[in-house]
Amino acid sequence: MARLLVTPATGALPVTAGGMTLSLTDPGCITSLAPWRGAGMALSKALRAAHGVDFPDPGRISTSGTTRCLWAGRDQAFLVGPAPDSAALADHAALTDQSDAWAVMRLDGPGARDVLARLTPLDLRAQVFEPGHTARTLLGQMNAVLSRDAANGYEIMVFRSMTATALHELTEAMKSVTAQGGADPSPG
Amino acid sequence: MRITCPLCGARDRREFHYMGDAVYLDRPDPVAPAVAWDDYLHLRDNPAGETRDLWFHEAGCGAWLVVTRNTVSHDVLSVALADGIRGGAG
Repeated sequence: MARLLVTPATGALPVTAGGMTLSLTDPGCITSLAPWRGAGMALSKALRAAHGVDFPDPGRISTSGTTRCLWAGRDQAFLVGPAPDSAALADHAALTDQSDAWAVMRLDGPGARDVLARLTPLDLRAQVFEPGHTARTLLGQMNAVLSRDAANGYEIMVFRSMTATALHELTEAMKSVTAQGGADPSPG
Repeated sequence: MRITCPLCGARDRREFHYMGDAVYLDRPDPVAPAVAWDDYLHLRDNPAGETRDLWFHEAGCGAWLVVTRNTVSHDVLSVALADGIRGGAG
């Protein structure tokens, strides 16, 4: 399988500002799973047998070791990490290799939520968007997949062709939040 | 304005694309008279009050939604997946 590199657009990473770090991650394979009509339960069973994860509920992530299954839309999830066991899954879902379609970054550190709040309309408060939650939403004008995996840790997926724009938007927001005194002290 | 997507929860209006009246779900028979197709394609009410429209959650889950809202009070009264709704009657 050909692997296109996101490196040229992300050469500046990691970027740090005010205790926050924006870094590039290598998620491994990203495979879109779109169950055939009525095959959702069968797909979830096959996923559990083959990869140890379930087909996630909306907005959730099913995790087993380094394998993750992110809900990615109506009747769609992304298997992230291993190459998919096509023989086990293809009877139940359309599988599409999207490994090279996405740039995957992380934003960690106090104030990460405030940075994202400048770019996304998503409600990022902890009681709504907890660690372990994921959402398809907007980052600036870009479609993105945002996942929260720690109190101050977020994974950001954008279309690979938009990497430079995402990097610019996030870096500027990090500088701005830092310049204005850092993280919002309110809880969540 | 926020729309509560049945899958994603309450989301900002920016994530949604407006399509038009939910009458689009009520497609006439292919051999229906021209007047029925004319009505379907071109003739719309402009209610001051409740209206049912199709919205696409384009920056979210990708689902088509039927949103009932009030054009006077701007209340969003109900949101349902368009999938499975026949004839636009909800």
